[in-house]
Amino acid sequence: MNPRTRPFYWSLRRELWENRFIYLAPLVVAAVLLIGFAVNVIHSANQTGTPLALHLPNDPTPIEQPWAIAAVLLAFTGLFAGAFYCLDALYGERRDRSILFWKSLPVSDLTTVLSKASIALVVLPLVTFAIIVATHVAMLALHTAVLLVSGAGLATLRNRTPLVELWIALLYGLAALTLWHAPICGWLLLVSAWARRAVFLWASLPLIAICILEKIAFNTSRFAFFLGYRCAGGFALAFGAGRPCCIPHPLTSLTPGSFLSTPGLWIGLLVAAIFLAAAAPVRRYRGPI
Amino acid sequence: MASIEARGLRKTYGGTVALDGVNLRLEQGRILGLIGPNGAGKTTAINAILGLVPYEGELRVLERDPWVERDRLMRDVAFIADVAVLPRWFRVSQALDYVAGVHPRFDRAKAENFLAKTAVRRTSKVRELSKGMVAQLHLALVMAIDAPLLVLDEPTLGLDIAYRKKFYDSLLGDYLDRSRTIVLTTHHVEEIQHVITDLAFINAGRIVLSCTMEEFDSRYRELTVNPGHLPAARELKPIHERQIFGRDILLFDAVDPALLAAHGEVRTPGIADLFVAVMDQGAGK
Repeated sequence: MNPRTRPFYWSLRRELWENRFIYLAPLVVAAVLLIGFAVNVIHSANQTGTPLALHLPNDPTPIEQPWAIAAVLLAFTGLFAGAFYCLDALYGERRDRSILFWKSLPVSDLTTVLSKASIALVVLPLVTFAIIVATHVAMLALHTAVLLVSGAGLATLRNRTPLVELWIALLYGLAALTLWHAPICGWLLLVSAWARRAVFLWASLPLIAICILEKIAFNTSRFAFFLGYRCAGGFALAFGAGRPCCIPHPLTSLTPGSFLSTPGLWIGLLVAAIFLAAAAPVRRYRGPI
Repeated sequence: MASIEARGLRKTYGGTVALDGVNLRLEQGRILGLIGPNGAGKTTAINAILGLVPYEGELRVLERDPWVERDRLMRDVAFIADVAVLPRWFRVSQALDYVAGVHPRFDRAKAENFLAKTAVRRTSKVRELSKGMVAQLHLALVMAIDAPLLVLDEPTLGLDIAYRKKFYDSLLGDYLDRSRTIVLTTHHVEEIQHVITDLAFINAGRIVLSCTMEEFDSRYRELTVNPGHLPAARELKPIHERQIFGRDILLFDAVDPALLAAHGEVRTPGIADLFVAVMDQGAGK
């Protein structure tokens, strides 16, 4: 391996050793989903003779729904895991004093900050994607088994479960959301490097204070809208107004063109870069707490 | 070539002065014992040398500015900070993998050899190890780094006396023959008397005494005064007096041992005795 990338590679390994919840949390959620799905499928097959009670005559999307629900729940788990990871990433090592050990080795502060950002912005979305795909495959196997045992045909399943298209839409969606949320990740890492205690409060209270101040002073809520747009607006930008997971052809709802041409995306990435660049010198000044 | 050169090194925390103009020069290949009471500025001085805190004044470590070039400097420096700082979730095998991964001068086989002499198992996590075992693991990691400068701040804290003795023996046997520089702090000063080549006392943020051990051995004498000789011995201007079991023990700086021998038994003092004398002088006694 290139000697310049070795410290970065081993910093990533360190993060994965230290923060196993990055993959354990989605795995636990996936396990719960699979158990629920199995009970549902078997129960429906027993009651009606045909699999899935969701299969109502006037509902056009009976079979796809569980797949979409699984994907959305796991994606949310990934988002939460990422937020908690970022809040603790540069704070935990100061609290347990291990920063003195990490700083005794030839790894720069910037390498450390970038490795932690990469966990949140690259590794975690990929892990989430892999676990969603694995969950879908397990659900498909389960569903197929139940259909075979109950004697119903597999045709419905095959026709109405556009999994590959769903996965492409999912990969695109995860990438878009990650890019959109990058400045939030940068902000959390910066506060995590700076705060001496109560990282979550330092990360959130100043923003809330600005909202309240604006409301009282000018009776407007622009900053609150801005925050809401940044936290929840990425999905609508990436997919237009469509419901990508719930229609037979998910790919038609992708709007990468309009997403990539949103100035907010690029401004957000610039802000993320500034936050990360600031977190490195902050880590340099901060010692154990 | 000087491994460490500090001139007018100052560091304040808020209104507290931790380092008040420290001047220190340590040549390559020397072993410096940095001795001082708690809160004297030892750890701050070492943190400045390691690039962990910003400072005022001039400081060069291996020809580098430690604050600006910490990560580059750490390729040539190995250090242990004063308290157990290995992360508790670390598995011993992961610690070996990680240091081997990031440190170009780490000799894994050597670290494994160190660990083989201890009860530390590869599969243990740091949180499962005793305090002494964590210290042993940390020493094994740091001692296996072939760095030109080794900084050990209370390295033997929590270790039993047998292991401390073995540690200093191996430190000497293994490293004295190379062109390596070592900075050492400990409260067990008597254990390092025959390890160090240079001595510095630090108090209230200042270096109050600095000498080589050759100078120490030739300058300082301790006299256990024969009964009735005390007034005559005092004529020779001792720098410190103390009493043990009713006998007066006087410490002299640069007084001919032949003169002293007329009044009692002459020995080279322990570092701790000189330390107490210097601290008492500083307190105006």
